[in-house]
Amino acid sequence: MPTPPNRKHVLGLYGEKVAGQYLQSLGYEILERNWRCSLGEIDLIARDHARYVFVEVKTRNGAGFGHPFEAITEIKLGRLRKLVSEWCRSRQLSGIDVRIDAVSVLVNRGKIELEHLKQVF
Amino acid sequence: MLAKALSISLFGLSGQVIEVETDISSNLPAFVLVGLPDASVNEAAARVRAAANNSKLPLPGRRITVNLSPASVPKQGSSFDLSIAVSVLAAAGYFDASRVEGTIFFGELALDGRIKPVMGVLAAVVAAKQLGISKMVIPSGNLAEVARISGITIVGYDHLTQLVSDLGVSIPVIPNSKHKFEHKKTFESAGCFSEVVGQEEAVAAMKLAAVGGHHILMVGPPGAGKTMLASRLPGILPKLSEEQAIEIGAIRSLSRLNEFEFSDLPPMQSPHHTASLAAMVGGGSSQPRPGLISLAHRGVLFLDEAPEFQSPVLEALRQPLESGQITISRASGQAVFPAKFQLVLAANPCPCGFAFGAGKDCTCSSSARVRYLSKLSGPLSDRIDLRLQLNPVNASLVTALHPVVSETSSSIQNQVISARKISSTRLMNTPWKLNSEVSGSYLRRELRLGQGVTKQLDYALDQRLISMRGYDRCLRLAWSISDLAGRESPTAEDVSLAGFYRGAEL
Repeated sequence: MPTPPNRKHVLGLYGEKVAGQYLQSLGYEILERNWRCSLGEIDLIARDHARYVFVEVKTRNGAGFGHPFEAITEIKLGRLRKLVSEWCRSRQLSGIDVRIDAVSVLVNRGKIELEHLKQVF
Repeated sequence: MLAKALSISLFGLSGQVIEVETDISSNLPAFVLVGLPDASVNEAAARVRAAANNSKLPLPGRRITVNLSPASVPKQGSSFDLSIAVSVLAAAGYFDASRVEGTIFFGELALDGRIKPVMGVLAAVVAAKQLGISKMVIPSGNLAEVARISGITIVGYDHLTQLVSDLGVSIPVIPNSKHKFEHKKTFESAGCFSEVVGQEEAVAAMKLAAVGGHHILMVGPPGAGKTMLASRLPGILPKLSEEQAIEIGAIRSLSRLNEFEFSDLPPMQSPHHTASLAAMVGGGSSQPRPGLISLAHRGVLFLDEAPEFQSPVLEALRQPLESGQITISRASGQAVFPAKFQLVLAANPCPCGFAFGAGKDCTCSSSARVRYLSKLSGPLSDRIDLRLQLNPVNASLVTALHPVVSETSSSIQNQVISARKISSTRLMNTPWKLNSEVSGSYLRRELRLGQGVTKQLDYALDQRLISMRGYDRCLRLAWSISDLAGRESPTAEDVSLAGFYRGAEL
């Protein structure tokens, strides 16, 4: 469902774009962006050699509300895990190596700080 | 990013060094505390995070895992906060963990980073010293209670920033807060015996009790001066040595928060007769706390209106009276507290209190009178060497121009000290130090007195006027009387005087 673009949404899309570029610079191949199903959305799906990487991207403007990673709660991780199996089913992939990563994009007075945590479950 | 700091876990008076390990891993932010923490230790995570943030020492947005090891030892209380904070800050890279190697951290953190005084610091310091620890960091609010400890470096801090800046981190130090913890001044002093009018017999009995460490029972009507006499007993006991004062301070530090001063006056506890069993012998579910008998260690436990105490409470005194210590067993372990106290019991002669002399004013039935004092009979009264009948003070004594007053406490104390010197020399090669502790067989064999001296006692025993136990009790008292007089061994008069002080069997 298309949502009206607001500031938050634009910031999120920008963060996902930056995160995607970063992962590509690491040599990852981006398979999907904003993959959706009835359960929710996966921000980025990439492939690092033989391994499928599912990435949750958090973007923040200033650190006033804490570190972006702090917004990734156990509940969100649990949902992400379900989404991973849902994606695998839709692609009819089984027996593959998967990994869940988190990328935080902190936009602070025009500067961008990016952090990447691998295997966060 | 791994770091380690030390803390100490107390169970009773014994301590165990706890290693507080921190691992900061590349994972989503979380603060996980493992290693058998109880609810209050688990809350440390929130306190440490807030205290660090408010001290301008932000923690990384990563998974912080803190392990308290050995993990099998139960840990409780807020005193782990400081060690957890130090360990986490070292793991976060603020300073090198080697700077805190071998140092024990003990204290609670406030959310703003202040280090708050906690319970049991003196006990922890004494335990740490025994474990060979050379340095300990404590809240500065607890510094007063460890002032007399030597042989271990103790540093006190008010605020986390002060501690961290001493570890080589350049951050703005938050100065000592204006609302400083004020050490409560308590002036402990036992009254002087020169304030006691009349009651010469009772004063003499108190002297004997002090010399031999004899437990004492005073029976007398209300207002005869039982409490007055008992409260002056600590003042004539020899002053505590440094080591003993520290031992008692460690026990007190476990029971009250900063409410004591070091004192070389032997402690005195006078609980109300509604005192519970746990209050008397000590207790507590997870962390055993010392009871009144341990707080009266090396001092006096005064039970006023002794027959009014609950029977189980009185009965519970028997074992510590015998062994000089109390073992508190809980599911989580056993704690041993010393409990070598001198028991002073006071009782009215009957429920109404007037059954003295001819007993004309007494309104109690004879069965009520018997029932009243019989509560003290049995194994407890076996341990009491001195029984004293007190009569009300005569008006003529009080109003006389030169009332008969007894000696000052300090003069009596000097007599007690020299008398104790004599008995300790005699008992040098025995496990005992005081006359009241000597076993009956040793009294009758090694310290055998001449036939002429014990003639009266032997006769009384033959006639079954006294029991064997009563016989031994008389001998113990006789030795104290002779020590007080500075004699080599008791005379026949000493023995008969002992017979008088021993009083009737209850």
